[in-house]
Amino acid sequence: MNIYVLLKRTFDTEEKISVSGGRIQEDGAEFIINPYDEYAVEEAIQLRDAHGGEVTVVTVGSDESEKQLRTALAMGADQAVLINSEEDLDEGDQHTTAKILTAFLKNKEVDFILAGNVAIDGGSGQVGPRVAEGLGIPYVTTITDIEINGTDVAITRDVEGDSEKISTTLPLLVTCQQGLNEPRYPSLPGIMKAKKKPLEELELDDLDLEEDDVAPKTKTIDIFMPPAKSAGRVLEGDLSDQVKELASLLRSEAKVI
Amino acid sequence: MSKNIIVLGETRDGQLRNVTFEAIAAGKTMAQGGEVIGVVIGDSVQSLAQELIYYGADRVLIVEDEKLAHYTSDGYAQALQAVIDQEQPEGIVMGHTALGKDLSPKIAAKLDAGLVSDATAVEEENGDIHFTRPVYSGKAFEKVAIQEGLLLATVRPNNIEPLQKDESRSGEVFSVSASISDLRTIIQDVVRKSAEGVDLSEAKVIIAGGRGVKSAEGFQPLKELADVLGGAVGASRGACDADYCDYSLQIGQTGKVVTPDLYIACGISGAIQHLAGMSNSKVIVAINKDPEADIFNVADYGIVGDLFDVVPMLTEEFKKVKAGTV
Repeated sequence: MNIYVLLKRTFDTEEKISVSGGRIQEDGAEFIINPYDEYAVEEAIQLRDAHGGEVTVVTVGSDESEKQLRTALAMGADQAVLINSEEDLDEGDQHTTAKILTAFLKNKEVDFILAGNVAIDGGSGQVGPRVAEGLGIPYVTTITDIEINGTDVAITRDVEGDSEKISTTLPLLVTCQQGLNEPRYPSLPGIMKAKKKPLEELELDDLDLEEDDVAPKTKTIDIFMPPAKSAGRVLEGDLSDQVKELASLLRSEAKVI
Repeated sequence: MSKNIIVLGETRDGQLRNVTFEAIAAGKTMAQGGEVIGVVIGDSVQSLAQELIYYGADRVLIVEDEKLAHYTSDGYAQALQAVIDQEQPEGIVMGHTALGKDLSPKIAAKLDAGLVSDATAVEEENGDIHFTRPVYSGKAFEKVAIQEGLLLATVRPNNIEPLQKDESRSGEVFSVSASISDLRTIIQDVVRKSAEGVDLSEAKVIIAGGRGVKSAEGFQPLKELADVLGGAVGASRGACDADYCDYSLQIGQTGKVVTPDLYIACGISGAIQHLAGMSNSKVIVAINKDPEADIFNVADYGIVGDLFDVVPMLTEEFKKVKAGTV
């Protein structure tokens, strides 16, 4: 089975965000594999081990994304592809990324594509379904369980807390939800092996894409911080009085009850 | 310049969801004086059309087919395409719900259009439509415009004020026929876990538990408080990782981002990743034994104490409030 994983490098979830000059400050920040994409990498490795085949992790980014690709290789992926758009593109959006990935994947023999259901930075969750539509294959989002039998696929997906049982067929794209699996940590031998695994670097030219083909459809006008939340009141006194006071404050002052 | 905007209605348990009315309000802003066209897709949904008009839709289109009884991306995309072919709209809005998140990127890719996901505000500035949306799960916000072509957006539940319901409003309701075929994903079964039916993303009140609840049973007092307040129960990553509850309850940068009117954090320390998911709630209450817990830094009101003491007392107090005896 030819398995592809769409992966994004993102800020660590424990990073504080600051904005300056209308941009998010990245200096000194820790970067990780988008947590939802880690589920995708883990599931891809498990499916390959069960059914055979190869796992290729793909990202659209810059030189700096190599680190996250190597981590995925250390987890057990077989090869990686870095589509380096840094020199060709000043700006991009979900349309841009999806177009690039679609162009890369359309000439491949693809059986199965996994992605995270959302990236914790941009948070739009668009790229997976856009790529599936671009390739003309079905997709299922926010999956929490999957079984593949030949080309038949049985999936459980999370729908706002409810579970949908879905049957479909390969080729297919899925996006992964928390609860699908427990991503492994790279082992030391895994990290050593990863250094020698193939990591191909491509540019837009290699995909026969012109800048215009992938020009963003949206434009960010401003980035700003939400109004800082100041600490409120910690109530005092007897616990039963505090509870009464809280109930009364929520009703009369905050007016939310 | 006025635009015609399609608003996709969404139902749950046979009723229109609130986010649909919020999407109509967003659609009104985007239309800049043009028409807002409500669309309802389903098996038998004719009876819902009128309510869309009461909430501001100028007219409503219905697409009915037994294959549309359950949402599938293929089925809904075909139904919506039939409406788009007929109306040639300048924009489409839907809720940023499980359905909207699943469907909107497919429509955007099909139409080769830009899409603004998860908008929390829509405004007109000098004739342009600007969307505000959270990034980094609400640690920051961005203002976005669509450069050209279709205005496609999903709106986050609970953020855009719906128009006042007005039963004197009238508008026409038409059926659109669509041939629904070749569904590539088939729903075999739906297992309802959220029995109470209050969805986290739309809940006005959320009672959330962290590691401090100590066990699955520890969520019981939180559930009781949620029942009294008509709210939903949520959890921090700590509580989910410790298997006290299902991951579907997780609130945070991984998990759900919520903006209820009232968020009561019980035994939650307030890690950055959790704060990202809830700090834009309108009113936050923290209940924690540790007076140094970070959660108190974002809370409007705090009680330092054991949640197992405080939460049942709050439940009793609110019961009295609801009964009008206080």
